[in-house]
Amino acid sequence: MLPIILLSVFGIALLFLGFAKSKAILLPATLLFIAIAFGASFVDWGKNYMYFNDMLLSTNLSIAFTAIVLLSAFMVVSLSSSFLEDESAQPAEYYAIMLFSLVGAIMMISFENLIMLFVGVEILSVAMYVLTGSDKRNLRSNEAALKYFLMGSFATGIMLFGLALLYGTSGSFVLSDLRSYVNGGVAYGSPLLLYMGLLLLLVGILFKVSAAPFHFWTPDVYEGAPTLFTAFMSTVVKTAGFAALLRLLSFSFTGIYSFWGVILMAVTVITLVVSNFTAVYQSSFKRMMAYSSISHAGYLLIALTAVGQQSKQALVFYSLAYSVATIAAFGVLLVVSRHQSGEGKPTDESYDAFNGLARQNPLLGFIMTVAMLSLAGIPLTAGFWGKFMVFTTAANRGIFWLLVVAVLMSAVSIYYYFRVIIAMYLRDGQTTAIRVAPFYRYVLIAATILTIVLGILPNLVRSLV
Amino acid sequence: MLTLALIFFPAVAATVTLLLNGDSAKRFALGAALLEFLLAAYVISQFIATPEFQFGFDVPWINVLGIRFSGGIDGISILLVLLTGLLVPLIVLSAFGQNYNRSATFYALILYMQAALMGVFTARDAFLFYLFFEAALIPVYFLAALWGGANRIPVTFKFFIYTIFGSLLMLVALVYLYYQTPGLHSSAIADFYKLNLTPAAQGWVFWAFFIAFAIKMPVFPFHTWQPDTYVESPTPATMLLAGIMLKMGVYGLIRFILPIVPAGLDTWGMMAAVLSVIGIVYGSVIAIRQRDMKRLIAYSSFAHVGLMAAGVFSQTTYGVQGALIQMLAHGINVVGLFFVAELIFDRAKTRQLDQLGGITRTTPKLTVLFMILMLGSVALPLTNGFVGEFLLLKGVFDYNNYLGALAGLTIILGAVYMLRMFQKTMFGKPSNNTQSFADLSTSELWVLVPLVFFVFWMGLYPASFLKLTEPAVTNLLRYIK
Repeated sequence: MLPIILLSVFGIALLFLGFAKSKAILLPATLLFIAIAFGASFVDWGKNYMYFNDMLLSTNLSIAFTAIVLLSAFMVVSLSSSFLEDESAQPAEYYAIMLFSLVGAIMMISFENLIMLFVGVEILSVAMYVLTGSDKRNLRSNEAALKYFLMGSFATGIMLFGLALLYGTSGSFVLSDLRSYVNGGVAYGSPLLLYMGLLLLLVGILFKVSAAPFHFWTPDVYEGAPTLFTAFMSTVVKTAGFAALLRLLSFSFTGIYSFWGVILMAVTVITLVVSNFTAVYQSSFKRMMAYSSISHAGYLLIALTAVGQQSKQALVFYSLAYSVATIAAFGVLLVVSRHQSGEGKPTDESYDAFNGLARQNPLLGFIMTVAMLSLAGIPLTAGFWGKFMVFTTAANRGIFWLLVVAVLMSAVSIYYYFRVIIAMYLRDGQTTAIRVAPFYRYVLIAATILTIVLGILPNLVRSLV
Repeated sequence: MLTLALIFFPAVAATVTLLLNGDSAKRFALGAALLEFLLAAYVISQFIATPEFQFGFDVPWINVLGIRFSGGIDGISILLVLLTGLLVPLIVLSAFGQNYNRSATFYALILYMQAALMGVFTARDAFLFYLFFEAALIPVYFLAALWGGANRIPVTFKFFIYTIFGSLLMLVALVYLYYQTPGLHSSAIADFYKLNLTPAAQGWVFWAFFIAFAIKMPVFPFHTWQPDTYVESPTPATMLLAGIMLKMGVYGLIRFILPIVPAGLDTWGMMAAVLSVIGIVYGSVIAIRQRDMKRLIAYSSFAHVGLMAAGVFSQTTYGVQGALIQMLAHGINVVGLFFVAELIFDRAKTRQLDQLGGITRTTPKLTVLFMILMLGSVALPLTNGFVGEFLLLKGVFDYNNYLGALAGLTIILGAVYMLRMFQKTMFGKPSNNTQSFADLSTSELWVLVPLVFFVFWMGLYPASFLKLTEPAVTNLLRYIK
């Protein structure tokens, strides 16, 4: 639990660092802080400890998810050098908020008490509302923030209501108590309250991970938010949300799988179908990535729907593969749109922005290609094994029809991911050579190498969890 | 271990090629492909004709799932290893005449493709097979899309989505089979052979496999991506597609469908065979009507592969042996024909049959070599096509007389469209485009002579190839009985 304390302290420290004359120190300091937290999260490796009066539990699984979240954050932050050039930006605040939001994410990952889950979700969400609106002179950013805030607080309300019902019927917020209550055949209290409570709780979290039909905010928010925070949102929030769902469903509520299994199955199918087909019709890259993120929520949901021994490994691997590829893709988008505005052109976030990119910038083209292939789940990338592991969980449960739906939808997804590749390599554009700062480049290259290495040797991560 | 070298050497060589530029990349790629051919030839010379896998490797890969990184060469794969090893250097050499821009990437992609193809033909683990099966698509997609003709973007896109859709269905089947293996699951293909599936399940698995492989080959009615892709691709990519990649589908039929789902084959095999035979007739008839040389060869390839599929579905030793030998023969012939089409296009600036003619006046070497390849494709006795088609037709006849009779049309129709093509291009009055037509250059000779050599070798003494495959085929067919 060291990372929670460290990140809180570091966040406050960053706010003070913001008073320094030179802003140049902020970026390395933030990266250092995250790296320290990353290292510190492994202190508890191999032990199961309860922390803070049994409010939080640290296991290898929670550490793995924490590590993925921190790694994603590290990569996103390292792509943020543009803040320091932007006059109107307040980098110290942004970085501090990001660190605080990580605290929320880690709480969502390792909660043992439902109150902690709620606190974690709130910390993360409020931070996201602020970051979404951080481009305060941009109308769309403001709109997105407001939309996100209104809908998000509504969802949190529903979730809180669910928690209250669960508490009302079982008399406890603690996961292990809930587990024995559910497994004891609901000896006292009302099963209706239990079901209603769980349903509302699920709705709240499914909203956060943008599963259909609770996904309507996603495209608008992803599009309006500054690209960097879109990358942050689509990776950190998703990983934390799924870790929370996994903890809830695989531990406390396995006894009533027959109830929530059906619901999740329906949500999974709707999410997969709606997101993939809608993504085909997008013309904006960012909106496509929003729907892509919804569709990946769908694939992750398969592992939850078919919850079993392998689900944990599948979720960890998938989140990692997805996060790395998504950040690499947004990283390339960031450089490209910054290059456009540097040339005085209006920022274009449609597919056309990538036209002819690979001619002058083979490296960026390659990074983007690997990211897209990984998201599409093409072999020899990490994304393939992610999908493969998720599919095997469903097969293990014998739910083959769900597998067929998922497979058909991933065939659809190839269409929109490949549009980017086609734009970069086959269409003509006027993109000139883009200068990429060395550190920025190293991070993107590292993401690409990680994607390929995991695509060839998936055992590297699997055997850890 | 030798198998591992066969897979990884081209991949490493491709990565090195990427770092070179221009002419040195070209020459390095050719050298690497030739070395790979020598390696493949050595492997074949050491191969002992038993049903066992040889030169294998086997290491744990994904422990938790019991998936192993294992491969080897048996009688089913040996000819395809030879085919891949033989054709790639010729394909590389055939591209020397063209000045492809960014040539390092171009040749590197060909070598990557070769690595993936070797992997497909030697994988012993089903998921490893799948991995290579899809990985082979990426280099050839980029080859076709980056260096292709004017209409390349939609055409190659359709090709990519179409084929990946098929292989995803196969993935479902593989995952299903994997979970049917007893105990701690295993994805070794050999373990899939031992499964006892219900007939209904076999039906589903049959269709999942069949559609995946039928798209790849292609079998009617899954062929719509093929003619356009073959025509729009740069010729080396077309050669890879028609010469080698198409064989992945036939190989899959033999390796997976025959032994794993015999009951599914009982129920649905006839339907699949009928589709394949429809493809033969349909492809041939369309080929007769073609004006574009490359498109004509594309349709002829579609017709020929239908016969191979029908032969496999006949479930006889003749059929399967014929398919194996015909895969090699067809690969050799079709690569030669596409090469000739390309060099005619290069000199005459057109592939339209009615704008060609009279080439033979100035080109004795080309005429002879082209004619031999063409006759091989028509399946004239003493050429390689004859052995394969004869065995295939015998197999299909044994399976069903009527189907056999229909499939036999391939020989007549094949002669019609091939001779028509030959006559329209080579004989008659020279057109404006063919007034001054130069004969083969040395490097072009080096592409065609080895091909023609194999046409005769396979035609005159097929036993040297058949005896390699026979024990494995007999062994495989035991699973059906």
